Amino acid sequence: MTVCNSCRYCEGLCAVFPAMEMRRAFSDGDLNYLANLCHACGACYTDCQFSPPHEFNVNVPQTLAIARAESYTHYAWPRAFAGLFARNGLVISVIAALSVAAFILGFVAFNDPGVLYGVHIGPGAFYKLMPHNAMAVLFSAAFLYAILALVMGVRAFWRDIGEPVGMTTGPRALLQALRDAGELRYLHGGGVGCYNEDERPTDRRKLYHHLTFYGFLLCFAATSVATLYHYLLAREAPYPWWDLPVVLGTLGGLGLVIGPIGLLIAKTARDPAMRDDARLGMDAAFILMLWLTGATGLLLLVLRETSAMGPLLALHLGFVFALFITMPYGKFVHGIYRYAALVRYARERQMM
Amino acid sequence: MVDLSRKFDVLVIGGGNAALCAAISARRAGASVLVLEGAPKFYRGGNTRHTRNMRCAHDAATEILTGPYTEDEFFEDLLRVTGGKTDEELARFMIHESKDMLNWIVEQGVRWQPSLGGTLSLGRTNSFFLGGGRAMLNALYLTAEQLGVEILYDAEVTTLDIQDGMFLSATLKQDGKDVAVRASALVAAAGGFEANIEWLKESWGPAAENFLIRGTPYNRGSILKMLLGKGVQAIGDPTQCHAVAIDARAPKFDGGIITRHDSVVFGIVVNKHAQRFYDEGEDIWPKRYAIWGRLVAAQPDQIAYIIFDSSVVTSFMPTLFPPIAGDTVAELAQKLGLDPAALEKTLAEFNAAVRPGTFDHTILDDCRTEGITPAKTHWARKIEAAPYLAYPVRPGITFTYLGTRVNKQARMMMSDGKPAANMFAAGEIMAGNVLGQGYAAGIGMTIGSVFGRVAGREAANNARN
Repeated sequence: MTVCNSCRYCEGLCAVFPAMEMRRAFSDGDLNYLANLCHACGACYTDCQFSPPHEFNVNVPQTLAIARAESYTHYAWPRAFAGLFARNGLVISVIAALSVAAFILGFVAFNDPGVLYGVHIGPGAFYKLMPHNAMAVLFSAAFLYAILALVMGVRAFWRDIGEPVGMTTGPRALLQALRDAGELRYLHGGGVGCYNEDERPTDRRKLYHHLTFYGFLLCFAATSVATLYHYLLAREAPYPWWDLPVVLGTLGGLGLVIGPIGLLIAKTARDPAMRDDARLGMDAAFILMLWLTGATGLLLLVLRETSAMGPLLALHLGFVFALFITMPYGKFVHGIYRYAALVRYARERQMM
Repeated sequence: MVDLSRKFDVLVIGGGNAALCAAISARRAGASVLVLEGAPKFYRGGNTRHTRNMRCAHDAATEILTGPYTEDEFFEDLLRVTGGKTDEELARFMIHESKDMLNWIVEQGVRWQPSLGGTLSLGRTNSFFLGGGRAMLNALYLTAEQLGVEILYDAEVTTLDIQDGMFLSATLKQDGKDVAVRASALVAAAGGFEANIEWLKESWGPAAENFLIRGTPYNRGSILKMLLGKGVQAIGDPTQCHAVAIDARAPKFDGGIITRHDSVVFGIVVNKHAQRFYDEGEDIWPKRYAIWGRLVAAQPDQIAYIIFDSSVVTSFMPTLFPPIAGDTVAELAQKLGLDPAALEKTLAEFNAAVRPGTFDHTILDDCRTEGITPAKTHWARKIEAAPYLAYPVRPGITFTYLGTRVNKQARMMMSDGKPAANMFAAGEIMAGNVLGQGYAAGIGMTIGSVFGRVAGREAANNARN
């Protein structure tokens, strides 16, 4: 950081370096702020005349990747669960497996085998296996818990990143950050595209991330619309293929299947110098969970009128449930902290 | 794999800004081009790695430049910094060509950005590379590769076969074997000789042992030496170079921009005898920046110390190496290895000589000393707020000026006054044509890009006719 602050060549590449220049000394909070502001585009590594093998050994993407992962642990709520980040790949796998198993066992326990392997068609087909209200209560609880834990974490982060503009913010900064995050403005290698394997800006992570993120949002929208259908219009799932929840869910599911594969390939192709290999498990687990959610969802759609529907529904619900409850303790938090950092940055730009 | 048995139209020796501009322009003119970069891939690009901007003339403000910078003004600036030691015809040609460089270099993939923090004084005259010099190089290399320019790294040229001003082939080491590469035309863009301490000692004497080299360790001047040995006319003074005062704790080579100190105006500078030796308040940046290297080089053991106090620490950019601190002047002197009594005396005399004034480091203000020699003519304020602080500084050589004489085609001139048949030069290796002495920020890159582009074009024409 001392090297960076006395060089400043990278100032125009992204938000990290201007933010760095607003500070002369760096507290832990500042470091966490910069780390989460970084989108890992790799331009500052590729452009740096002091990156390894130079003796100054400046490696901003890796340094910030490590700091970023440590910040997730640091702000985890409740504190007792901070350890879940330590062997995150394993933790997420175990929770996912348990969750899937619980749904399968639950289906088996509450239904007789004939129902589980039966063919169910028409409105309310899914609810023959699990009553809608039970589903709604269970998933709402998981989701609300995730939100609570995330809010608590962000609150601690927001306090910690402190100076120089204080902790208040305004709608303009929130909006600016929403735009920056939505476009992945800083995942652009300073304009030419990102760097991943080598010094050529050939990276496609931005595209894959958009597919993944907007795929996730579409799936979430599909569920929300379906919930509204259910309670407001009294229309029960499954819906025909042309209906809004299915269209949204299908598009989102495709995004969630294609995007994560691209991200995972990019991750393994990334120049090891820029990677935080110790956290590969966390990254891979989250990517895999998203993929499994998307893939089981699509499979369920395709096979919903066959006897495979029951087991597939259990699988899908199991993965979704695991995704929800592990949200505050996995890679998912990157989006939340990065958004908070972008808000703070937008605010700093306004104030200074 | 590059087929070295074929004869190339244009051989470019070097791998920095000038070399790549030459390679791209020759390739765009239809020539087959081979680039021989002596350094490994990571260190490719010579001193361009450490650059960040280029000085180009322009008649109006642009997105990244705050105002016009006419050809005449550029030339006047050049006259001033060189003390008139420039080839006017070449210099005016370069300045004229620099106008189009603002666009041409962008077409080669290089991106501009507004001037960086702490460089406001250059916002009108100099265009900054987004991401710095290595980003510029990455863009140029990518463009060259896409155009089909062949590039070899770790390709140090050991001999040049030149007969009567006619380049025939170059020999390089490849996997332990000598390989001769033939080409119809040569562009020499292999930099200066600042990393060759032995050569520096020929002109500077043993003092050169204490010089730090700010840039690439690969600029050993071997190509320049071969060319001069084959009858190419030399230009420039071997003792002239761009040298600034940099932190004495910097690595011997390749410390780059971050080892510089621009805190001279905020304090005093003493030598190893704790004596002041030059007016620290003579001129504003960047002129003062460019003279202190030579001033320190003239001091015993080529070392000096910028002494200031805690009241000014936040007045300049943060530095890589923290200042050395002492609660008393004597303690600081001890840490620096200076005679405490001598430093106390120098500081006391200086403080007593400071006249009241209104401090403003952005103009030549009225804070000065009276009754001491040398005087500090501006920005003189008492140094009395403990802890006392110091940066040890040494001369940091950026680049050298001795080179090959060229004409407006960037064609080398032979010592008999005739132009070379098929040899061209660009960049630091011929910078002395334009820069007889002195330096203005960003002008090295102008020389490299403009003459590189010209050399590549002319070499391609030469090869194809």
